[in-house]
Amino acid sequence: MRYLSDVAALARKDLLLELRAKETIPAMLLFVLSALTIFHFAIPRGSSDVAALGLLWVAIVFTSLLGLTRAFVPEREQGLMDALIMAPCDRSTIWLAKTLSVIAFLGVAEVVALPAFTLFFSGLNLKTVAAVVLADIGIASVGTLTGAMAVAGNARELIQPLLFLPLSIPVIVGGIGASATAGPKFLLFLALYDAVFVLLSWAAFDFVAAEA
Amino acid sequence: MVSARNLSKRYDTRRIFDKVDIDLDEGGFLLVTGPNGAGKTTLLRVLAGLAAPTSGELVLPVRGEIGYLGHEPLVYKQLTPRENLTLFGRLYRVPDREQRIKALLERFALWDVRDKAVATFSRGMQQRLGLGRVLLHEPKLLILDEPFNALDTAGAALLDEELATRSRRAVVVATHDPGRVEGLATERLAFT
Ligand SMILES: Nc1ncnc2c1ncn2[C@@H]1O[C@H](COP(=O)(O)OP(=O)(O)OP(=O)(O)O)[C@@H](O)[C@H]1O
Ligand SMILES: [Mg+2]
Repeated sequence: MRYLSDVAALARKDLLLELRAKETIPAMLLFVLSALTIFHFAIPRGSSDVAALGLLWVAIVFTSLLGLTRAFVPEREQGLMDALIMAPCDRSTIWLAKTLSVIAFLGVAEVVALPAFTLFFSGLNLKTVAAVVLADIGIASVGTLTGAMAVAGNARELIQPLLFLPLSIPVIVGGIGASATAGPKFLLFLALYDAVFVLLSWAAFDFVAAEA
Repeated sequence: MVSARNLSKRYDTRRIFDKVDIDLDEGGFLLVTGPNGAGKTTLLRVLAGLAAPTSGELVLPVRGEIGYLGHEPLVYKQLTPRENLTLFGRLYRVPDREQRIKALLERFALWDVRDKAVATFSRGMQQRLGLGRVLLHEPKLLILDEPFNALDTAGAALLDEELATRSRRAVVVATHDPGRVEGLATERLAFT
């Protein structure tokens, strides 16, 4: 499969860059642990678990924003998006590879953050963990697309949070809902969000990556 | 190989170039000259398929058959020359990738630093690697924007030699040193 081997080559490049530079993952870890520490002291003792879970989701979304704003830094600084979009591979492979590496970085941050959360606050149920996994997929898909728009456009730094944060609101709603209510309704909602935005981003990437 | 009719490019209302005609076949060599800000890079990016013309007709080879070297060498600075060329070799489906990469790195005198990060290279070494990157997949249309930039005498001689062999490809070069490639040019475009 040409498609998958292109994705593998590109994703391997992203992991290699992170291994060399060691910038994104440490920054995400520092951010999410600081956020949880601050929340720990900020919310009064005896508050409901739902309040703490809400803050967990806020921490996850902003941690992912941190990773996402860094996702295209190597391409942006050296104009490398040009080199990538000129290659004879399907352009969506660039999006898919970047999305996968963002999911991997986010996964590393959460493997540390979720145990830290149980330490600081309450335990986590399986449904919350499932919701986090589903949320990662949606967040990375949308964020990689908006990140690519930021590279192509001129308002660079600003455009990423401006586009990404509103689009991530359903993820927070779905995440808190899944953590706090019974039944699979909100997990299904997150899965639907993933399906819609994975397809949309996959199809739209070609148009946002190239200069008009 | 390249055919442009009435090609124009504007940014907002500013005309960068207007009604350019280009016909370039195998063995053709288009020399683009003009002062800073005249539109050379803009034209080359349009010919590379990286920017759309505002109007006019343009026929280009398919994406994988174009090699474009811009003002930047377009390589990952944190990766090594070998990792960079391996990545692009994969994406461009280069046959006999390993041997071809080795041959190019040796030719551009980068074999000894093949496993060092590009970030530690001098500007001229990066330019050599950039040339290796565009030649890697043996493009049918080779587009070079100020390719002699930062090259030393030996590097420039290597590029001269490469430009002189034109079988099975067309070349577009923008340069401020037209004398260097004057003898090779079959077409000229002077921006003012
Ligand atoms: N993205 C852009 N938006 C608006 N104007 C642009 C853009 N890119 C280039 N220009 C303008 O187009 C003109 C031509 O620029 P270009 O880079 O093509 O010149 P050049 O001939 O390559 O110059 P140099 O010799 O300095 O490399 C310049 O005046 C520049 O300001
Ligand atoms: Mg230029």
